[in-house]
Amino acid sequence: MTQWSGYLGLILQGALVTVELTLMGSVLALVMAFLAGIGRVSRFFIVRALATTYIEFFRGTSIFVQLFWAYFVLPFVGLSLTPLQAGVLALGLNVGAYAAEVVRGAILSIGDEQYEACTALNLGRWQGMRHVILPQALLVMLPTFGNNAIELLKATSVVSLISLADLTFQAQVVRSQTGSTLMPFASVLVIYFVLALIISWGVRSLERRMARGLDGVRV
Amino acid sequence: MPAPIIKVDAISKSFGAFKVLDGLSMQVMPGEKLALIGPSGSGKTTILRILMTLERIDGGHIQIDGEQLYHMERNGQLLPADERHLAKMRQKIGMVFQLFNLFPHKCVMDNVTLAPMLTKGVARAAAEKRAMELLDMVGLADKAKAMPAQLSGGQKQRVAIARALALSPKIMLFDEVTSALDPELVEEVLNVMRKLAAETDMTMLLVTHEMGFAHDFADRVLFFDRGKIVEEGKPDEIFRHPKQERTQGFLKKIIAAGHRV
Ligand SMILES: Nc1ncnc2c1ncn2[C@@H]1O[C@H](COP(=O)(O)OP(=O)(O)OP(=O)(O)O)[C@@H](O)[C@H]1O
Ligand SMILES: [Mg+2]
Repeated sequence: MTQWSGYLGLILQGALVTVELTLMGSVLALVMAFLAGIGRVSRFFIVRALATTYIEFFRGTSIFVQLFWAYFVLPFVGLSLTPLQAGVLALGLNVGAYAAEVVRGAILSIGDEQYEACTALNLGRWQGMRHVILPQALLVMLPTFGNNAIELLKATSVVSLISLADLTFQAQVVRSQTGSTLMPFASVLVIYFVLALIISWGVRSLERRMARGLDGVRV
Repeated sequence: MPAPIIKVDAISKSFGAFKVLDGLSMQVMPGEKLALIGPSGSGKTTILRILMTLERIDGGHIQIDGEQLYHMERNGQLLPADERHLAKMRQKIGMVFQLFNLFPHKCVMDNVTLAPMLTKGVARAAAEKRAMELLDMVGLADKAKAMPAQLSGGQKQRVAIARALALSPKIMLFDEVTSALDPELVEEVLNVMRKLAAETDMTMLLVTHEMGFAHDFADRVLFFDRGKIVEEGKPDEIFRHPKQERTQGFLKKIIAAGHRV
């Protein structure tokens, strides 16, 4: 029994790495999503072109290849990353590309009348975006952002391929050391599921908080 | 005689193949209250939207307060206006929309203070003080902390009026500001407009289907049809003794539909 708790400890260590990757990857993805998503609706051609290139490139090549490039190829151009850094970079850029389209769609979903009110009040393009359009668009983005974050969580397991000791990696270790398949894989199944639930729940409560007042319910 | 504050000179505007405004010219004197009436699709909204720079013109010239709206003079040449020139010109003009266009994620107070703070650098305290005066003027001082979704249509429209006034424009444009309201809420908005007309020397352009209100409110009435001004004059002349057949026909239809004139 004590042996099992030792192995469970290993798996929990892996879970910690997975959480770390998910959090840092999500932050990078969020930054990229807003940069590229807003870039997509820029009135400057070059900004639109850059944003589109980034999005199409990272959606069009697989996360495996991106991770291998980040870890194995970048050192040849003088950029050596730790496995964690490479994992965050690949995950953040990859999921950021998908989330950028969410940002763009949400911005475009805000009605013309809001843009026209901004013009009539003489707000600059960026002022209107920052104070009027984005705060409303954020509410539209949130549910899909939740999905993106869960996708990112599930994609973190690719880092086990560059020997980063995440949840999936530790499950393999425990399996090869104990010969038991059920215990490690059952635990990682439960842990991934619980983490995904936490993300869903977190995003939903954020959504509720932000929607307060918009529907006429007293705050 | 003072110079006109708005000078529209032979402007044209098409949407695709459809010519909405066709060589339209008009002049408005400072402080004048103007009512724009006419059948649906005659271009009334379009001319207001053009003045607010929400729509570009295809040809012609517009002068606001002595300056070109869509052109700027550089070394004696007229160039198309850039964003900076438009921003400068927009300071002179405010607009109230048929559907209010309030910012739903901001409380009443923030709706009113946002633009003065961002575009004029007014400090929050000063902006809120002015906003309270304006909300008081439109009878909504007690709703400062409410969200737009908690307000009735009439209240929303009064907030929208206060929001536009907060920038102290010289010219205010009103596009059918009561036509989206339940009948019993129309009067509270019209009362605010009466007060504005009586107490300020702002130039006001009003598109409306409320002929009774147009009659009392306006110094001059313009009758639009098919992108042109067919007839203009004092309210009594237009409403009691219209000269043009098309004006007569339009008013007859309106009266038949049960509107008071
Ligand atoms: N963005 C647009 N694209 C295409 N056609 C348009 C557009 N805006 C207006 N129009 C057309 O231009 C014509 C004039 O429209 P406008 O809104 O100025 O009329 P109006 O006098 O305000 O009418 P109403 O009394 O119905 O409000 C209409 O036939 C309308 O369908
Ligand atoms: Mg109209």
